[in-house]
Amino acid sequence: MRIWQLFKNMTTIPREQTRIKAAPAAPGSLRRNLNAIAAIAYRDFLKFLRDRARILSTFLFPLIFIGFLGGGMQATFGASSGYNFLDFIFTGVLAQTLWQSTATGIISLLEDRQNDFSQEIFVSPISRYSIVFGKILGETLVALPQGVGIIIFGFLLGIAITPIQLIGLGVTGLLASLYGGAFGMMLLGLMPSRRAADQLFPFVFLPQFFTAGVFVPLHNLPLALNVVSHLSPLRYAVDLMRGAFHWGQPEFDAVVLDPMWFNLAVMSATFLGFMLIGTILFVRAEQNR
Amino acid sequence: MQPIIHVEHLVKRYKNAQTNAVDDISFDVAPGEFFVLLGPNGAGKTTTISILTTTLAPTAGKIEIVGHDIVRESNRVRSNVGIIFQQPSLDQNLTAEENVRLHASLYGLYPFRPTYWLMPRAYKQQVNDLAEILGIAKEIHKPIKTFSGGMKRKLEIIRSLIHHPRVLFLDEPTTGLDPLSRRSLWDYLTAVRAEKETTVFLTTHYLEEAEQADTISILHHGKIVAQGTPDAVKARLVENYLLVDADNRDALRQELRVKQIPFVETPLFKIDLNGASPHKLLKAIDTPLTTVRIHTPSVEDAYLAIIQEHDDDTPRADAN
Repeated sequence: MRIWQLFKNMTTIPREQTRIKAAPAAPGSLRRNLNAIAAIAYRDFLKFLRDRARILSTFLFPLIFIGFLGGGMQATFGASSGYNFLDFIFTGVLAQTLWQSTATGIISLLEDRQNDFSQEIFVSPISRYSIVFGKILGETLVALPQGVGIIIFGFLLGIAITPIQLIGLGVTGLLASLYGGAFGMMLLGLMPSRRAADQLFPFVFLPQFFTAGVFVPLHNLPLALNVVSHLSPLRYAVDLMRGAFHWGQPEFDAVVLDPMWFNLAVMSATFLGFMLIGTILFVRAEQNR
Repeated sequence: MQPIIHVEHLVKRYKNAQTNAVDDISFDVAPGEFFVLLGPNGAGKTTTISILTTTLAPTAGKIEIVGHDIVRESNRVRSNVGIIFQQPSLDQNLTAEENVRLHASLYGLYPFRPTYWLMPRAYKQQVNDLAEILGIAKEIHKPIKTFSGGMKRKLEIIRSLIHHPRVLFLDEPTTGLDPLSRRSLWDYLTAVRAEKETTVFLTTHYLEEAEQADTISILHHGKIVAQGTPDAVKARLVENYLLVDADNRDALRQELRVKQIPFVETPLFKIDLNGASPHKLLKAIDTPLTTVRIHTPSVEDAYLAIIQEHDDDTPRADAN
């Protein structure tokens, strides 16, 4: 009874208090920047929800890859590799989709600039890093439903996923997505225009399908290719997800390239680097015309 | 009084440009003032307003807004100004209310919530008040796409005022609007100025909008070529004259010659006042007149005269 009373007191707000207008947060305060990050991220997510064509197209591509490629390769190499090739393609495509979706989504900052909407965001009194991080978070929110779609499709194809593995996929998927966003931001800082971005993107993303080991195992690469592979940011996101998926399983060493702490460390360090360089370059390009 | 906008030797040269888009301009704007920046296309108006609103970096010069340096304290400047861009800057995918909510969250007025219903009561009250002013109570939750051009502009102005900016920048806000929307927007702005004492910094092509200004500044090839109250700018360069006509034009011509009143036939008889009162001049003429018109210059006359004069002085390629 007394506990209930206490709870009731906590949740009832005196009448006068509700009429007091919330005081604006001081510029530069953490609360203000978090608020702005949430608002910017949510705007991107809303735009995605209202764009049916975009929702449909983002689901088709990974489904084709897992269904045809994974199924076909399992039939061809599955028996000799010592692990399930469908699992291999599944984790690879999941990480790759989330990573690339956020990376390319960041380019909409350029689109916003052309539609003159970004001006409204860029003249607001918040840190430029908050704007960029809000944007990355928004694109991550857009990427995650696609991840859910791929996982459901994986179930349908007969991939066995335990609840622990599901959590592992969720966490590493989120990280892959945020990481892709930071990478996209750095590309954006280097790109002068949307046209340049569209022309250069295939050269940045397509090779990583192979150098990051999305479809092809990377064990025993020749030195030169091994160096190139280590330069692919996507490699670490894919390998981290496979680490989480195969954790404690007998095939772990056969599938996973590097220890999970190593992948995480490389991702964290380069995330900060990409964010910093990308934001500085982008803001400079905007202001120093 | 401390100026609310202080610009000292501002220079902007774009990358790979041969000339300065803004070439060493200085001016002050007092709090509450209505300041209008005029100039032909490419004169440097948008460049100036972009620098003052922190979206473009200056090449040289010192600029303070509400006492804050625009380069070193850009976020302090940003919280104190509202901006209406030349291009509409509403998000077309969002509803009117969502656009306002995004703005309120970016300026830290209210904590962000994903839906309208979760927002604080004070916010809802404010949005409802705004919708009332706009007359869009029913449409406030509809996508911006369905709004007319004039309505969008008004929404942008209302949105830019919700964080109570000390200075409101408007970059050609009425371009592309029909006369009715323009008038209604203008009445609204006048009311806002009267009520909130907001300083207004405007660039425009519509010279009649400049008539009401406290100060006008004419920018040409990146330089300020005239500045002052509309009356002062007009008085400096533009003549006052009388236009008269008579049924018997020969008699009138003859009379003016005899009385040594200089005139030009345009085909009306144009007589320079040269400071004389029109009354005195008319009394001196005996021929029955059919037309009497006193020409008082408009800002437009002054503007055209000033621009023409400077084009004659300095023929050069268009800057920007």
